Amino acid sequence: MAVKAQDLSKDYKYGFSDPEQYAFKSRRGLDREIVEQISAYKKEPEWMLQFRLRALEIFGQKPMPTWPAAHLEEIDFQNIFYYVRPSENNAENSWEDVPSYIKDTFDKLGIPEAERKFLAGVSAQYESEVVYHSIREDLTKQGVIFLDMDSALREYPDIVKEYFGTVIPAADNKFAALNSAVWSGGSFIYVPKNTQVEIPLQAYFRINAENMGQFERTLIIADEGSRVHYIEGCTAPVYSSDSLHSAVVELIARPGSHIRYTTIQNWSNNVYNLVTKRAVAYEDATVEWVDGNLGSKVTMKYPAVYLLGPRARAEILSVAFAGAGQLQDAGGKVIHAAPDTTSTITSKSISKDGGRAAYRGLLKVARGATRAKSFVRCDALLLDQESRSDTYPSIEIDEERVDIGHEASVSKVSDEQLFYLQSRGLTETEAKTMIVNGFFEAFTKELPMEYAVELNRLLALQMEGAIG
Amino acid sequence: MTALFEIIDLHVTVEGRQILRGVNLAVQPGEVHALMGRNGSGKSTLANALMGHPKYEVTHGEVRLGGNSLLGLPPDERARQGLFLAFQNPISIPGVGTGNFLRAAVKAVRGTESINAVQFRKELAERMQHLQIDPSFATRALNEGFSGGEKKRAEMLQLAMLKPRMAVLDEPDSGLDIDAVRIVSEGINQVHQQQPDMGLLLITHYQRILNYITPGTVHVMANGRIVESGGAELVQLLESEGYDPTLRRLGIEDAELNGVPTHGR
Repeated sequence: MAVKAQDLSKDYKYGFSDPEQYAFKSRRGLDREIVEQISAYKKEPEWMLQFRLRALEIFGQKPMPTWPAAHLEEIDFQNIFYYVRPSENNAENSWEDVPSYIKDTFDKLGIPEAERKFLAGVSAQYESEVVYHSIREDLTKQGVIFLDMDSALREYPDIVKEYFGTVIPAADNKFAALNSAVWSGGSFIYVPKNTQVEIPLQAYFRINAENMGQFERTLIIADEGSRVHYIEGCTAPVYSSDSLHSAVVELIARPGSHIRYTTIQNWSNNVYNLVTKRAVAYEDATVEWVDGNLGSKVTMKYPAVYLLGPRARAEILSVAFAGAGQLQDAGGKVIHAAPDTTSTITSKSISKDGGRAAYRGLLKVARGATRAKSFVRCDALLLDQESRSDTYPSIEIDEERVDIGHEASVSKVSDEQLFYLQSRGLTETEAKTMIVNGFFEAFTKELPMEYAVELNRLLALQMEGAIG
Repeated sequence: MTALFEIIDLHVTVEGRQILRGVNLAVQPGEVHALMGRNGSGKSTLANALMGHPKYEVTHGEVRLGGNSLLGLPPDERARQGLFLAFQNPISIPGVGTGNFLRAAVKAVRGTESINAVQFRKELAERMQHLQIDPSFATRALNEGFSGGEKKRAEMLQLAMLKPRMAVLDEPDSGLDIDAVRIVSEGINQVHQQQPDMGLLLITHYQRILNYITPGTVHVMANGRIVESGGAELVQLLESEGYDPTLRRLGIEDAELNGVPTHGR
């Protein structure tokens, strides 16, 4: 299997790794002592230690999710490193102060370049800690807070304490409990009332060590009438044994605010990516999850929006690409809990070389959420006979006056489409790549230009070697 | 003189059925040939087989462009050699912008010319104007939601942009009203004026497009063969007599004609 994994990932350009030169690396495995160690290392307030320890207990009690064909029982929780601190320092504000080997890595990944070009702020997490952080001065002056979560806990303990774990409690699911026990890093964003952050804030997550567990924790609060767009990207080296990425992301969209959260997940094919993402949207607020899943061994991720105020709006747009040996179990959840709320869930998946993609969604309209309106659309594209796509839409409606639509399609790349494009000089691979890019276009057009270009390039890489 | 494009004793089967039974045809540089025939006579099969559709199996014969055999080459290689097929019913490719597609196709086919983005846009805008295509067309998904006339014009736009040495146009007039036939025909003529050495094989059912495009040679196809070739006067004859009497005079029986399944695509 190890040999095969290498073969499969030969085109994964982020598969390199750095030698380990860490300030601290916890021993393998998880127990109370490890959790206490993490908390002590971070000099956390007592309430956070208690929060972690409670979560550890819950983690021990919660059963594994059983639904996907993910073979989660293969995860050996005692073989994972739960906390790796790359440097003694906290997140640096100057790129020059970041340890040079980490700087080189992020240079290769194009992070400082991207920051110069089109970002309002950047956060770069390496293993368990954010090693670099910056935000444009004009945003700071407007009162926008963009910090790594550990710094936020030190600098704004009251705000963090008020909201941390309120959208996704530790008891939500086994992996949310795990994250709550051992979380480290992630982003904290607060956007003040009526403040528009027009250009995106970005975080970049990198796993380097083998058998690493990365458990970042992100909390975004958009105050009344504000607007923010946050983008995250993820990569890891290629190893023959597995790593675990289990994040928790909580979004709070106050009345009239707008949050867009974009993810381009491109983990190497040895990473279990088990993430809980949830937002609450109050009156007239909008939350958009734009979620792209290309890499990982197994991804289970269902970004959720709870529409709690009248006229709140949710948009979930997710794409997944499942290649050989990959399971992409993705989708979205929307709970309509107030009148006149609207939601759209669009899911697109591509399966190739025996890969498996599943759409798993929940749409719930609570009693009293009159005139709720929702549309769910899932499209799957199969590139060959061996690959598979499944759809598990779950719809629970407890209110009569609603407008709900659902459409699903499964298609194959047709010989006629291939012939047409080939007759115009495109090779079979180029033709398939073009069809795949077209299939994802609804997603790609929502990305900033640089990301769209990068995504199409990644898709082209995935498509190469697709034909024997 | 070596012909630009030669079809020699071409036999083609589709899913085990013999459709073409020995087609011969030679096009010199700059010549316009019309291929006429009833539905099911094998015209579209010929077009698809020439371009290399995997479903159309050549069991015997030869096809040469500029002296080089095309058989055995995948469709994209044939395109790069300078062959173009305008489809009768072009398929839609959702999400792929027509402009982006054309850019990729031009790069693939005209590669060595290394046309840059600015030149490309200029050329595309000009060609679209000639074909009376709205500029918004470039950002629409390829053939998706196009009307019949828009699809045909999009095919002619591709012809104009790809500049082939030899173009096979499979019923570029079918389903069009008289104004659209004129626009498409003028587009074809204009490409031909700009590339006078391009060979053209125009497959059609009706005479009317030949009012605008004058073929040097007209071929009549029946039962998987070319049964008659002649000058433009043959078009008039077919138009006044209809196919059946003409074919009967050529000794082809109705029974045999009706026995050929329709493979109009």
